[in-house]
Amino acid sequence: MANRITLNMITQRSIEEGVAMEKGKTTPEYFEACSIIEMHDDDVKALGLVPNQLVRVTSECGSVVVKAVKGRQSLYPGLAFIPQGVWANQIVPPRTQATGEPQYSGFPVTVEPVNGERRKSALELVQGAVGLWRGDQ
Amino acid sequence: MPKKVENVGCPYCGVCCDDLVVTVSDDGKQIIEVENACAIGNQIFHHATGGERVKLPRLRQPDGTYKDISYDEAVDYAAKVLYNAKKPLIYGFGSTNCEGMAAAAKVAEKAGAVLDNCASICHGSSFLAIFDNGYPSCTLGETKNRADVVLYWGANPAHAHPRHMSRYSIFPRGFFTGKGQKSRKIIVIDPRHTDTAQVADIYLQVRQGHDYELFDAFRAVVRGHEIPEEVAGIKREQILEVANIMKKARFGTIFYGMGLCHSDGRNHNVDIAISLTRDLNDYTKWTIMAMRGHYNITGPGAVWSWQYGFPYCLDLTKKDIAHMNPGETSSVDLAMRDEVDAFINIGTDAGAHFPIEAVKHLRKHPWITIDPNICMASEISDLHIPVGIVGVEVPGIVYRMDNVPIQYRKVIDPPEGVISDEELFERIHKRLCELEAEGAAKAEIKAAPAGVRAEE
Repeated sequence: MANRITLNMITQRSIEEGVAMEKGKTTPEYFEACSIIEMHDDDVKALGLVPNQLVRVTSECGSVVVKAVKGRQSLYPGLAFIPQGVWANQIVPPRTQATGEPQYSGFPVTVEPVNGERRKSALELVQGAVGLWRGDQ
Repeated sequence: MPKKVENVGCPYCGVCCDDLVVTVSDDGKQIIEVENACAIGNQIFHHATGGERVKLPRLRQPDGTYKDISYDEAVDYAAKVLYNAKKPLIYGFGSTNCEGMAAAAKVAEKAGAVLDNCASICHGSSFLAIFDNGYPSCTLGETKNRADVVLYWGANPAHAHPRHMSRYSIFPRGFFTGKGQKSRKIIVIDPRHTDTAQVADIYLQVRQGHDYELFDAFRAVVRGHEIPEEVAGIKREQILEVANIMKKARFGTIFYGMGLCHSDGRNHNVDIAISLTRDLNDYTKWTIMAMRGHYNITGPGAVWSWQYGFPYCLDLTKKDIAHMNPGETSSVDLAMRDEVDAFINIGTDAGAHFPIEAVKHLRKHPWITIDPNICMASEISDLHIPVGIVGVEVPGIVYRMDNVPIQYRKVIDPPEGVISDEELFERIHKRLCELEAEGAAKAEIKAAPAGVRAEE
Protein backbone atom coordinates (compact mmCIF):
# COMPACT_ATOMS: atom_id res chain seq x y z
CA MET A 1 0.00 0.00 0.00
CA ALA A 2 1.46 3.31 -1.08
CA ASN A 3 1.26 6.56 0.87
CA ARG A 4 1.19 8.53 -2.31
CA ILE A 5 0.72 7.75 -6.00
CA THR A 6 1.16 9.78 -9.17
CA LEU A 7 -1.74 9.95 -11.60
CA ASN A 8 -2.65 11.75 -14.84
CA MET A 9 -5.43 14.28 -14.11
CA ILE A 10 -8.28 15.34 -16.38
CA THR A 11 -10.93 17.93 -15.46
CA GLN A 12 -14.14 18.18 -17.48
CA ARG A 13 -17.82 18.95 -17.06
CA SER A 14 -20.22 16.67 -15.23
CA ILE A 15 -23.98 17.10 -15.38
CA GLU A 16 -24.10 17.26 -11.59
CA GLU A 17 -21.67 20.18 -11.75
CA GLY A 18 -23.77 21.84 -14.45
CA VAL A 19 -27.02 21.59 -12.52
CA ALA A 20 -25.41 22.72 -9.25
CA MET A 21 -23.59 25.58 -10.95
CA GLU A 22 -26.87 27.01 -12.20
CA LYS A 23 -28.36 26.66 -8.75
CA GLY A 24 -25.41 28.56 -7.33
CA LYS A 25 -21.73 27.99 -6.68
CA THR A 26 -22.17 28.61 -2.97
CA THR A 27 -24.75 25.81 -2.61
CA PRO A 28 -24.15 22.44 -0.92
CA GLU A 29 -25.04 20.80 -4.26
CA TYR A 30 -22.12 22.52 -6.01
CA PHE A 31 -19.81 21.60 -3.14
CA GLU A 32 -20.74 17.92 -3.34
CA ALA A 33 -20.69 17.85 -7.15
CA CYS A 34 -17.25 19.36 -7.57
CA SER A 35 -15.07 18.69 -4.51
CA ILE A 36 -14.54 15.06 -5.51
CA ILE A 37 -12.02 12.90 -7.32
CA GLU A 38 -12.67 9.73 -9.29
CA MET A 39 -9.97 7.10 -9.81
CA HIS A 40 -9.67 3.53 -11.05
CA ASP A 41 -10.25 0.82 -8.43
CA ASP A 42 -6.61 -0.31 -8.74
CA ASP A 43 -5.42 3.15 -7.70
CA VAL A 44 -7.94 3.35 -4.88
CA LYS A 45 -6.67 0.01 -3.61
CA ALA A 46 -3.04 1.08 -4.01
CA LEU A 47 -3.73 3.98 -1.66
CA GLY A 48 -5.76 1.80 0.69
CA LEU A 49 -8.68 4.21 0.59
CA VAL A 50 -12.09 3.51 2.05
CA PRO A 51 -15.09 4.96 0.17
CA ASN A 52 -15.51 8.72 0.54
CA GLN A 53 -12.13 9.17 2.20
CA LEU A 54 -10.53 12.60 1.81
CA VAL A 55 -7.33 12.89 -0.21
CA ARG A 56 -4.91 15.67 -1.00
CA VAL A 57 -4.27 16.17 -4.71
CA THR A 58 -1.13 18.11 -5.58
CA SER A 59 0.02 19.39 -8.97
CA GLU A 60 2.95 21.51 -10.09
CA CYS A 61 1.08 24.65 -9.03
CA GLY A 62 -1.04 23.88 -5.99
CA SER A 63 -2.98 21.37 -3.97
CA VAL A 64 -6.55 20.76 -2.88
CA VAL A 65 -8.39 18.39 -0.53
CA VAL A 66 -11.23 16.46 -2.18
CA LYS A 67 -13.31 13.35 -1.51
CA ALA A 68 -12.46 10.10 -3.31
CA VAL A 69 -15.70 8.71 -4.75
CA LYS A 70 -16.62 5.88 -7.05
CA GLY A 71 -17.84 7.47 -10.26
CA ARG A 72 -20.35 6.15 -12.74
CA GLN A 73 -17.98 6.80 -15.65
CA SER A 74 -14.94 4.56 -15.50
CA LEU A 75 -11.31 5.46 -15.95
CA TYR A 76 -8.33 3.26 -16.75
CA PRO A 77 -5.59 2.77 -14.10
CA GLY A 78 -3.39 5.83 -13.79
CA LEU A 79 -6.05 8.31 -14.93
CA ALA A 80 -7.94 10.52 -12.44
CA PHE A 81 -10.85 12.93 -12.83
CA ILE A 82 -12.05 15.99 -10.91
CA PRO A 83 -15.14 17.75 -12.34
CA GLN A 84 -14.40 21.21 -13.73
CA GLY A 85 -14.93 23.98 -11.24
CA VAL A 86 -13.41 25.64 -8.22
CA TRP A 87 -11.63 22.60 -6.72
CA ALA A 88 -10.14 21.42 -10.02
CA ASN A 89 -8.86 24.90 -10.76
CA GLN A 90 -6.81 25.00 -7.58
CA ILE A 91 -4.44 22.58 -9.30
CA VAL A 92 -4.91 23.22 -13.05
CA PRO A 93 -1.59 24.50 -14.47
CA PRO A 94 -2.09 27.87 -16.20
CA ARG A 95 0.41 27.00 -18.96
CA THR A 96 -1.31 27.21 -22.35
CA GLN A 97 1.12 25.89 -25.01
CA ALA A 98 0.78 29.40 -26.49
CA THR A 99 -2.89 28.86 -27.35
CA GLY A 100 -4.60 30.63 -24.43
CA GLU A 101 -6.01 27.36 -23.12
CA PRO A 102 -4.74 26.17 -19.75
CA GLN A 103 -3.71 22.54 -19.22
CA TYR A 104 -7.16 21.45 -17.98
CA SER A 105 -6.49 17.85 -18.96
CA GLY A 106 -3.40 15.71 -18.89
CA PHE A 107 -1.21 16.97 -16.06
CA PRO A 108 0.56 14.94 -13.38
CA VAL A 109 -0.71 14.99 -9.80
CA THR A 110 0.11 13.14 -6.63
CA VAL A 111 -2.73 11.76 -4.54
CA GLU A 112 -2.40 10.92 -0.86
CA PRO A 113 -4.86 10.22 1.95
CA VAL A 114 -5.24 12.94 4.59
CA ASN A 115 -6.37 12.82 8.18
CA GLY A 116 -7.67 15.70 10.23
CA GLU A 117 -8.18 17.94 7.20
CA ARG A 118 -11.39 19.11 5.61
CA ARG A 119 -12.61 20.12 2.21
CA LYS A 120 -12.74 23.89 1.91
CA SER A 121 -15.80 25.63 0.50
CA ALA A 122 -15.72 27.28 -2.93
CA LEU A 123 -15.80 30.75 -1.37
CA GLU A 124 -13.04 29.92 1.08
CA LEU A 125 -10.80 28.70 -1.73
CA VAL A 126 -11.39 31.58 -4.14
CA GLN A 127 -11.71 34.45 -1.68
CA GLY A 128 -8.86 32.95 0.35
CA ALA A 129 -6.62 32.94 -2.71
CA VAL A 130 -7.05 36.70 -3.18
CA GLY A 131 -7.04 37.79 0.44
CA LEU A 132 -10.77 38.43 0.79
CA TRP A 133 -11.84 35.45 2.92
CA ARG A 134 -13.18 36.60 6.26
CA GLY A 135 -14.20 33.23 7.71
CA ASP A 136 -17.67 31.73 7.63
CA GLN A 137 -20.01 34.64 7.15
CA MET B 1 -54.58 32.01 -15.55
CA PRO B 2 -50.94 30.91 -15.95
CA LYS B 3 -49.56 31.56 -19.41
CA LYS B 4 -47.68 28.99 -21.50
CA VAL B 5 -44.90 30.43 -23.66
CA GLU B 6 -43.89 28.07 -26.47
CA ASN B 7 -40.76 27.70 -28.62
CA VAL B 8 -38.55 29.23 -25.94
CA GLY B 9 -34.77 29.01 -26.43
CA CYS B 10 -32.65 27.58 -23.64
CA PRO B 11 -29.76 29.70 -22.32
CA TYR B 12 -27.51 26.85 -21.30
CA CYS B 13 -25.42 24.97 -23.86
CA GLY B 14 -24.49 25.29 -27.52
CA VAL B 15 -27.31 22.99 -28.62
CA CYS B 16 -29.64 26.00 -28.12
CA CYS B 17 -32.80 23.90 -27.72
CA ASP B 18 -35.62 26.11 -29.00
CA ASP B 19 -38.58 23.89 -28.18
CA LEU B 20 -39.01 24.71 -24.50
CA VAL B 21 -42.46 25.44 -23.11
CA VAL B 22 -42.39 27.71 -20.07
CA THR B 23 -45.41 28.26 -17.85
CA VAL B 24 -45.49 31.67 -16.21
CA SER B 25 -47.71 32.70 -13.28
CA ASP B 26 -50.80 34.94 -13.65
CA ASP B 27 -48.88 38.06 -12.67
CA GLY B 28 -46.00 37.19 -15.04
CA LYS B 29 -43.47 37.19 -12.23
CA GLN B 30 -42.92 33.52 -11.43
CA ILE B 31 -41.78 30.64 -13.63
CA ILE B 32 -43.96 27.71 -12.65
CA GLU B 33 -42.97 24.96 -15.04
CA VAL B 34 -40.42 24.30 -17.75
CA GLU B 35 -41.11 21.54 -20.28
CA ASN B 36 -38.62 19.84 -22.63
CA ALA B 37 -35.50 21.32 -21.02
CA CYS B 38 -32.65 19.18 -19.70
CA ALA B 39 -31.84 19.14 -15.98
CA ILE B 40 -29.46 22.08 -16.34
CA GLY B 41 -31.72 24.25 -18.52
CA ASN B 42 -34.60 23.55 -16.16
CA GLN B 43 -32.48 24.83 -13.27
CA ILE B 44 -31.63 28.09 -15.08
CA PHE B 45 -35.30 29.03 -15.55
CA HIS B 46 -36.38 28.06 -12.06
CA HIS B 47 -33.39 29.79 -10.47
CA ALA B 48 -34.41 33.07 -12.14
CA THR B 49 -37.46 33.50 -9.93
CA GLY B 50 -36.92 30.86 -7.29
CA GLY B 51 -34.16 32.42 -5.21
CA GLU B 52 -32.68 35.68 -4.03
CA ARG B 53 -31.52 37.93 -6.83
CA VAL B 54 -29.12 40.83 -6.62
CA LYS B 55 -31.12 43.85 -7.78
CA LEU B 56 -28.62 46.68 -7.43
CA PRO B 57 -24.92 47.03 -8.24
CA ARG B 58 -22.69 46.36 -5.25
CA LEU B 59 -19.40 48.17 -4.56
CA ARG B 60 -16.69 46.66 -2.36
CA GLN B 61 -15.93 48.73 0.74
CA PRO B 62 -12.59 49.08 2.53
CA ASP B 63 -13.75 46.58 5.18
CA GLY B 64 -14.31 43.98 2.46
CA THR B 65 -18.13 44.09 2.51
CA TYR B 66 -20.39 45.12 -0.34
CA LYS B 67 -22.57 48.24 -0.39
CA ASP B 68 -25.49 48.73 -2.78
CA ILE B 69 -25.06 51.61 -5.22
CA SER B 70 -27.13 52.94 -8.12
CA TYR B 71 -26.66 51.91 -11.75
CA ASP B 72 -25.50 55.48 -12.52
CA GLU B 73 -22.77 55.17 -9.90
CA ALA B 74 -21.80 51.73 -11.18
CA VAL B 75 -21.62 52.96 -14.77
CA ASP B 76 -19.47 55.90 -13.66
CA TYR B 77 -17.15 53.61 -11.67
CA ALA B 78 -16.76 51.12 -14.54
CA ALA B 79 -16.11 53.88 -17.07
CA LYS B 80 -13.46 55.44 -14.82
CA VAL B 81 -11.74 52.10 -14.25
CA LEU B 82 -11.58 51.59 -18.02
CA TYR B 83 -10.56 55.17 -18.67
CA ASN B 84 -7.71 55.03 -16.17
CA ALA B 85 -6.39 51.58 -17.09
CA LYS B 86 -3.54 51.29 -19.57
CA LYS B 87 -4.58 47.85 -20.78
CA PRO B 88 -7.92 46.61 -19.44
CA LEU B 89 -9.22 43.13 -20.27
CA ILE B 90 -12.91 42.52 -20.99
CA TYR B 91 -13.57 38.77 -20.94
CA GLY B 92 -16.49 36.33 -20.97
CA PHE B 93 -19.64 36.64 -23.13
CA GLY B 94 -20.60 32.96 -23.26
CA SER B 95 -23.86 33.78 -21.54
CA THR B 96 -25.15 36.94 -23.15
CA ASN B 97 -26.70 37.94 -26.46
CA CYS B 98 -25.04 39.27 -29.60
CA GLU B 99 -26.45 42.73 -28.94
CA GLY B 100 -24.53 42.84 -25.65
CA MET B 101 -21.36 41.60 -27.38
CA ALA B 102 -21.54 44.35 -30.01
CA ALA B 103 -22.09 47.02 -27.34
CA ALA B 104 -19.16 45.65 -25.30
CA ALA B 105 -16.93 45.82 -28.39
CA LYS B 106 -17.71 49.54 -28.69
CA VAL B 107 -16.60 49.96 -25.08
CA ALA B 108 -13.43 47.90 -25.64
CA GLU B 109 -12.49 49.94 -28.69
CA LYS B 110 -13.09 53.22 -26.90
CA ALA B 111 -11.11 52.07 -23.85
CA GLY B 112 -8.25 50.50 -25.82
CA ALA B 113 -8.92 47.14 -24.15
CA VAL B 114 -8.26 43.51 -24.89
CA LEU B 115 -11.54 41.85 -25.79
CA ASP B 116 -11.75 38.12 -25.28
CA ASN B 117 -14.40 35.46 -24.85
CA CYS B 118 -14.67 32.03 -23.23
CA ALA B 119 -13.41 30.35 -26.41
CA SER B 120 -10.05 31.54 -25.13
CA ILE B 121 -10.10 28.67 -22.60
CA CYS B 122 -12.46 26.40 -24.53
CA HIS B 123 -12.60 26.05 -28.32
CA GLY B 124 -9.94 28.66 -29.07
CA SER B 125 -7.75 25.80 -30.30
CA SER B 126 -10.47 25.01 -32.80
CA PHE B 127 -10.25 28.52 -34.25
CA LEU B 128 -6.48 28.16 -34.64
CA ALA B 129 -6.92 24.84 -36.46
CA ILE B 130 -9.77 26.16 -38.59
CA PHE B 131 -7.68 29.18 -39.67
CA ASP B 132 -5.00 26.77 -40.89
CA ASN B 133 -7.05 23.91 -42.24
CA GLY B 134 -10.62 25.00 -42.99
CA TYR B 135 -13.86 23.75 -41.50
CA PRO B 136 -15.76 21.14 -43.52
CA SER B 137 -18.82 21.41 -41.28
CA CYS B 138 -22.58 21.28 -41.59
CA THR B 139 -25.67 22.25 -39.63
CA LEU B 140 -27.08 20.08 -36.89
CA GLY B 141 -30.14 19.60 -39.11
CA GLU B 142 -27.99 17.97 -41.79
CA THR B 143 -26.60 15.52 -39.24
CA LYS B 144 -30.09 14.75 -38.00
CA ASN B 145 -31.48 14.20 -41.48
CA ARG B 146 -28.54 12.50 -43.18
CA ALA B 147 -25.91 11.04 -40.85
CA ASP B 148 -25.70 7.25 -40.62
CA VAL B 149 -22.38 7.37 -38.73
CA VAL B 150 -21.80 9.71 -35.80
CA LEU B 151 -18.48 9.92 -34.00
CA TYR B 152 -18.00 11.69 -30.65
CA TRP B 153 -14.32 12.26 -29.91
CA GLY B 154 -13.28 13.73 -26.55
CA ALA B 155 -16.83 14.93 -26.03
CA ASN B 156 -19.38 13.84 -23.47
CA PRO B 157 -22.75 15.28 -24.49
CA ALA B 158 -24.59 13.11 -21.98
CA HIS B 159 -23.19 15.53 -19.39
CA ALA B 160 -22.23 18.71 -21.21
CA HIS B 161 -24.91 18.93 -23.94
CA PRO B 162 -27.66 16.75 -22.49
CA ARG B 163 -30.12 16.95 -25.45
CA HIS B 164 -27.59 16.90 -28.28
CA MET B 165 -27.98 13.17 -28.84
CA SER B 166 -31.78 13.18 -28.70
CA ARG B 167 -32.32 16.26 -30.87
CA TYR B 168 -29.65 15.93 -33.53
CA SER B 169 -27.25 13.03 -33.58
CA ILE B 170 -28.24 9.57 -32.32
CA PHE B 171 -31.92 9.19 -31.59
CA PRO B 172 -34.01 11.50 -33.83
CA ARG B 173 -35.65 10.25 -36.99
CA GLY B 174 -34.61 12.44 -39.89
CA PHE B 175 -35.40 12.77 -43.58
CA PHE B 176 -33.01 10.01 -44.65
CA THR B 177 -32.60 8.46 -41.21
CA GLY B 178 -36.16 7.34 -40.60
CA LYS B 179 -35.24 4.58 -38.20
CA GLY B 180 -33.47 6.90 -35.77
CA GLN B 181 -30.83 5.16 -33.70
CA LYS B 182 -31.35 1.91 -35.61
CA SER B 183 -30.20 3.56 -38.82
CA ARG B 184 -27.04 4.97 -37.29
CA LYS B 185 -23.67 3.68 -36.14
CA ILE B 186 -22.40 5.49 -33.06
CA ILE B 187 -18.68 5.60 -32.27
CA VAL B 188 -17.26 7.15 -29.10
CA ILE B 189 -13.54 7.77 -28.58
CA ASP B 190 -12.58 8.97 -25.10
CA PRO B 191 -10.13 8.05 -22.32
CA ARG B 192 -13.11 7.67 -19.96
CA HIS B 193 -15.93 5.22 -20.49
CA THR B 194 -18.45 8.04 -20.24
CA ASP B 195 -22.22 7.99 -20.12
CA THR B 196 -22.06 8.91 -23.81
CA ALA B 197 -19.94 5.78 -24.42
CA GLN B 198 -22.78 3.77 -22.87
CA VAL B 199 -24.91 4.39 -25.96
CA ALA B 200 -22.13 3.74 -28.48
CA ASP B 201 -21.98 0.80 -30.86
CA ILE B 202 -18.20 1.03 -30.73
CA TYR B 203 -16.14 2.55 -27.95
CA LEU B 204 -12.39 3.13 -28.21
CA GLN B 205 -10.58 3.97 -24.97
CA VAL B 206 -7.77 6.14 -26.33
CA ARG B 207 -4.87 6.87 -23.99
CA GLN B 208 -5.28 10.38 -22.63
CA GLY B 209 -3.18 12.90 -24.54
CA HIS B 210 -2.54 10.53 -27.46
CA ASP B 211 -5.44 11.56 -29.69
CA TYR B 212 -3.13 12.91 -32.39
CA GLU B 213 -1.51 9.51 -32.85
CA LEU B 214 -4.87 7.83 -33.21
CA PHE B 215 -6.06 10.38 -35.77
CA ASP B 216 -2.79 9.81 -37.62
CA ALA B 217 -3.42 6.06 -37.61
CA PHE B 218 -6.93 6.56 -39.02
CA ARG B 219 -5.54 8.80 -41.76
CA ALA B 220 -2.87 6.22 -42.61
CA VAL B 221 -5.46 3.44 -42.87
CA VAL B 222 -7.88 5.56 -44.92
CA ARG B 223 -5.03 6.30 -47.32
CA GLY B 224 -4.14 2.61 -47.56
CA HIS B 225 -1.00 2.51 -45.41
CA GLU B 226 0.11 -0.01 -42.78
CA ILE B 227 -0.10 0.85 -39.07
CA PRO B 228 1.47 -0.74 -35.96
CA GLU B 229 -0.34 -3.41 -33.95
CA GLU B 230 -1.43 -0.87 -31.40
CA VAL B 231 -1.74 2.92 -31.49
CA ALA B 232 -2.62 5.11 -28.48
CA GLY B 233 -3.90 2.06 -26.62
CA ILE B 234 -6.16 0.88 -29.47
CA LYS B 235 -5.62 -2.42 -31.29
CA ARG B 236 -5.02 -2.33 -35.04
CA GLU B 237 -8.11 -4.47 -35.72
CA GLN B 238 -10.35 -1.93 -34.01
CA ILE B 239 -8.78 0.95 -35.92
CA LEU B 240 -9.28 -0.92 -39.20
CA GLU B 241 -12.89 -1.70 -38.30
CA VAL B 242 -13.75 1.91 -37.45
CA ALA B 243 -11.90 3.27 -40.50
CA ASN B 244 -13.90 0.89 -42.68
CA ILE B 245 -17.18 2.05 -41.13
CA MET B 246 -16.19 5.67 -41.72
CA LYS B 247 -15.28 5.06 -45.37
CA LYS B 248 -18.53 3.24 -46.03
CA ALA B 249 -20.77 5.82 -44.37
CA ARG B 250 -23.29 7.68 -46.49
CA PHE B 251 -22.89 10.77 -44.33
CA GLY B 252 -20.83 11.10 -41.18
CA THR B 253 -20.18 13.77 -38.57
CA ILE B 254 -17.30 14.01 -36.12
CA PHE B 255 -18.37 15.91 -32.99
CA TYR B 256 -15.34 16.76 -30.89
CA GLY B 257 -14.94 18.44 -27.53
CA MET B 258 -12.58 19.50 -24.82
CA GLY B 259 -10.77 16.18 -24.87
CA LEU B 260 -8.93 17.53 -27.91
CA CYS B 261 -8.69 21.22 -26.98
CA HIS B 262 -7.63 20.87 -23.33
CA SER B 263 -5.04 18.13 -23.80
CA ASP B 264 -1.46 18.23 -25.04
CA GLY B 265 -1.43 19.21 -28.68
CA ARG B 266 -4.43 21.55 -28.42
CA ASN B 267 -5.03 23.00 -31.92
CA HIS B 268 -2.91 20.29 -33.54
CA ASN B 269 -5.41 17.67 -32.35
CA VAL B 270 -8.21 19.61 -34.02
CA ASP B 271 -6.09 20.25 -37.09
CA ILE B 272 -5.59 16.54 -37.74
CA ALA B 273 -9.27 15.85 -37.01
CA ILE B 274 -10.10 18.26 -39.83
CA SER B 275 -7.51 16.57 -42.06
CA LEU B 276 -9.10 13.18 -41.39
CA THR B 277 -12.49 14.65 -42.31
CA ARG B 278 -11.02 15.97 -45.55
CA ASP B 279 -9.43 12.59 -46.34
CA LEU B 280 -12.74 10.79 -45.76
CA ASN B 281 -14.38 13.12 -48.27
CA ASP B 282 -12.37 11.37 -50.99
CA TYR B 283 -14.69 8.42 -50.38
CA THR B 284 -17.97 9.75 -49.02
CA LYS B 285 -19.44 12.76 -47.22
CA TRP B 286 -17.99 13.58 -43.81
CA THR B 287 -18.37 16.69 -41.69
CA ILE B 288 -16.91 17.92 -38.41
CA MET B 289 -18.30 20.14 -35.68
CA ALA B 290 -16.96 21.65 -32.46
CA MET B 291 -19.19 20.95 -29.46
CA ARG B 292 -19.39 24.60 -28.39
CA GLY B 293 -20.15 24.97 -24.70
CA HIS B 294 -22.26 28.00 -23.77
CA TYR B 295 -25.48 28.73 -25.65
CA ASN B 296 -23.98 31.80 -27.31
CA ILE B 297 -20.23 31.25 -27.21
CA THR B 298 -20.40 30.97 -30.99
CA GLY B 299 -21.87 34.51 -30.94
CA PRO B 300 -18.79 36.61 -30.15
CA GLY B 301 -16.86 34.79 -32.87
CA ALA B 302 -19.53 35.80 -35.38
CA VAL B 303 -20.08 39.34 -34.07
CA TRP B 304 -16.44 40.34 -33.57
CA SER B 305 -15.25 38.68 -36.78
CA TRP B 306 -17.76 40.90 -38.56
CA GLN B 307 -16.69 43.96 -36.60
CA TYR B 308 -12.90 43.45 -36.47
CA GLY B 309 -11.98 40.36 -38.48
CA PHE B 310 -11.07 38.22 -35.45
CA PRO B 311 -13.23 35.95 -33.30
CA TYR B 312 -11.42 36.15 -29.93
CA CYS B 313 -8.27 37.39 -28.17
CA LEU B 314 -8.70 40.83 -29.79
CA ASP B 315 -6.11 43.37 -28.80
CA LEU B 316 -7.78 46.76 -29.29
CA THR B 317 -5.17 48.75 -27.40
CA LYS B 318 -4.55 50.61 -30.65
CA LYS B 319 -8.30 51.35 -30.63
CA ASP B 320 -9.61 50.79 -34.17
CA ILE B 321 -6.67 48.65 -35.29
CA ALA B 322 -7.26 45.12 -34.02
CA HIS B 323 -4.80 42.31 -33.79
CA MET B 324 -5.08 38.80 -32.43
CA ASN B 325 -2.38 36.40 -31.34
CA PRO B 326 -3.43 33.73 -28.81
CA GLY B 327 -0.61 33.00 -26.42
CA GLU B 328 0.11 36.74 -26.44
CA THR B 329 -3.35 38.33 -26.40
CA SER B 330 -5.25 35.51 -24.65
CA SER B 331 -6.74 36.19 -21.23
CA VAL B 332 -4.93 33.57 -19.15
CA ASP B 333 -1.57 34.36 -20.73
CA LEU B 334 -2.11 38.10 -20.22
CA ALA B 335 -3.05 37.45 -16.60
CA MET B 336 -0.02 35.25 -15.92
CA ARG B 337 2.29 37.91 -17.35
CA ASP B 338 0.56 40.62 -15.29
CA GLU B 339 -0.01 42.51 -18.50
CA VAL B 340 -3.48 43.88 -17.79
CA ASP B 341 -4.36 46.43 -15.13
CA ALA B 342 -8.15 46.11 -14.97
CA PHE B 343 -10.53 43.22 -15.56
CA ILE B 344 -14.20 43.07 -16.52
CA ASN B 345 -15.78 39.63 -16.18
CA ILE B 346 -19.03 39.51 -18.16
CA GLY B 347 -21.37 36.58 -18.72
CA THR B 348 -19.00 33.98 -17.32
CA ASP B 349 -17.23 33.14 -14.05
CA ALA B 350 -13.48 33.50 -14.35
CA GLY B 351 -13.29 33.20 -10.56
CA ALA B 352 -14.40 29.59 -10.78
CA HIS B 353 -13.13 28.57 -14.20
CA PHE B 354 -9.70 30.15 -14.59
CA PRO B 355 -6.76 28.38 -12.96
CA ILE B 356 -6.48 29.98 -9.52
CA GLU B 357 -3.01 31.33 -10.33
CA ALA B 358 -4.51 33.45 -13.12
CA VAL B 359 -7.27 34.66 -10.79
CA LYS B 360 -4.67 35.81 -8.25
CA HIS B 361 -2.85 37.85 -10.88
CA LEU B 362 -6.01 39.48 -12.21
CA ARG B 363 -7.22 40.35 -8.72
CA LYS B 364 -4.20 42.57 -8.12
CA HIS B 365 -6.09 45.14 -10.19
CA PRO B 366 -9.67 46.47 -10.30
CA TRP B 367 -12.09 43.62 -11.06
CA ILE B 368 -15.67 44.26 -12.18
CA THR B 369 -18.19 41.45 -12.62
CA ILE B 370 -21.29 41.81 -14.78
CA ASP B 371 -23.58 38.84 -14.13
CA PRO B 372 -27.21 38.20 -13.14
CA ASN B 373 -26.18 35.90 -10.31
CA ILE B 374 -23.83 35.52 -7.41
CA CYS B 375 -20.80 33.56 -8.58
CA MET B 376 -17.15 33.25 -7.61
CA ALA B 377 -16.20 36.24 -9.78
CA SER B 378 -18.88 38.41 -8.18
CA GLU B 379 -17.65 37.49 -4.72
CA ILE B 380 -14.10 38.67 -5.32
CA SER B 381 -14.97 41.79 -7.34
CA ASP B 382 -14.60 45.44 -6.52
CA LEU B 383 -17.91 45.98 -8.26
CA HIS B 384 -20.71 43.54 -9.14
CA ILE B 385 -23.33 44.79 -11.59
CA PRO B 386 -26.41 42.56 -11.93
CA VAL B 387 -28.09 42.28 -15.32
CA GLY B 388 -31.14 40.50 -16.75
CA ILE B 389 -30.82 36.83 -17.75
CA VAL B 390 -30.71 36.48 -21.54
CA GLY B 391 -33.27 33.99 -22.79
CA VAL B 392 -35.32 34.33 -19.62
CA GLU B 393 -35.66 38.07 -19.00
CA VAL B 394 -33.88 39.60 -22.01
CA PRO B 395 -34.45 38.70 -25.69
CA GLY B 396 -31.74 38.67 -28.33
CA ILE B 397 -29.80 36.86 -31.03
CA VAL B 398 -27.68 33.85 -30.14
CA TYR B 399 -25.59 31.57 -32.38
CA ARG B 400 -26.01 27.82 -32.03
CA MET B 401 -22.92 25.59 -32.11
CA ASP B 402 -23.35 25.12 -35.88
CA ASN B 403 -23.29 28.90 -36.48
CA VAL B 404 -27.06 29.14 -36.99
CA PRO B 405 -28.44 32.37 -35.45
CA ILE B 406 -31.57 32.01 -33.34
CA GLN B 407 -33.80 34.75 -31.95
CA TYR B 408 -34.23 34.13 -28.22
CA ARG B 409 -37.21 35.59 -26.42
CA LYS B 410 -37.91 36.59 -22.87
CA VAL B 411 -40.58 34.90 -20.79
CA ILE B 412 -40.65 37.24 -17.78
CA ASP B 413 -39.44 40.73 -16.93
CA PRO B 414 -36.15 41.16 -15.08
CA PRO B 415 -36.36 42.28 -11.45
CA GLU B 416 -37.47 45.89 -11.29
CA GLY B 417 -34.68 48.26 -12.25
CA VAL B 418 -32.29 45.57 -13.48
CA ILE B 419 -30.99 46.38 -16.97
CA SER B 420 -29.59 44.31 -19.85
CA ASP B 421 -25.92 43.77 -20.75
CA GLU B 422 -26.49 45.80 -23.91
CA GLU B 423 -27.95 48.79 -22.08
CA LEU B 424 -25.21 48.63 -19.47
CA PHE B 425 -22.41 48.66 -22.05
CA GLU B 426 -24.11 51.45 -24.01
CA ARG B 427 -24.23 53.53 -20.83
CA ILE B 428 -20.59 52.75 -20.00
CA HIS B 429 -19.66 53.75 -23.56
CA LYS B 430 -21.54 57.03 -23.22
CA ARG B 431 -19.79 57.78 -19.93
CA LEU B 432 -16.40 56.87 -21.44
CA CYS B 433 -17.04 59.37 -24.24
CA GLU B 434 -17.86 62.02 -21.64
CA LEU B 435 -14.69 61.26 -19.68
CA GLU B 436 -12.64 61.42 -22.83
CA ALA B 437 -14.18 64.78 -23.64
CA GLU B 438 -13.50 66.08 -20.17
CA GLY B 439 -9.98 64.69 -20.39
CA ALA B 440 -9.32 65.31 -16.71
CA ALA B 441 -10.49 62.27 -14.82
CA LYS B 442 -7.24 60.37 -14.63
CA ALA B 443 -5.45 62.43 -12.01
CA GLU B 444 -8.42 62.72 -9.71
CA ILE B 445 -9.93 59.30 -9.54
CA LYS B 446 -8.69 56.28 -7.70
CA ALA B 447 -9.83 53.25 -9.57
CA ALA B 448 -10.76 51.03 -6.63
CA PRO B 449 -11.36 51.45 -2.90
CA ALA B 450 -8.26 51.16 -0.77
CA GLY B 451 -7.65 48.15 1.39
CA VAL B 452 -9.04 45.41 -0.79
CA ARG B 453 -6.14 44.63 -3.14
CA ALA B 454 -4.90 41.08 -2.90
CA GLU B 455 -1.44 42.03 -1.66
CA GLU B 456 -2.68 44.34 1.07
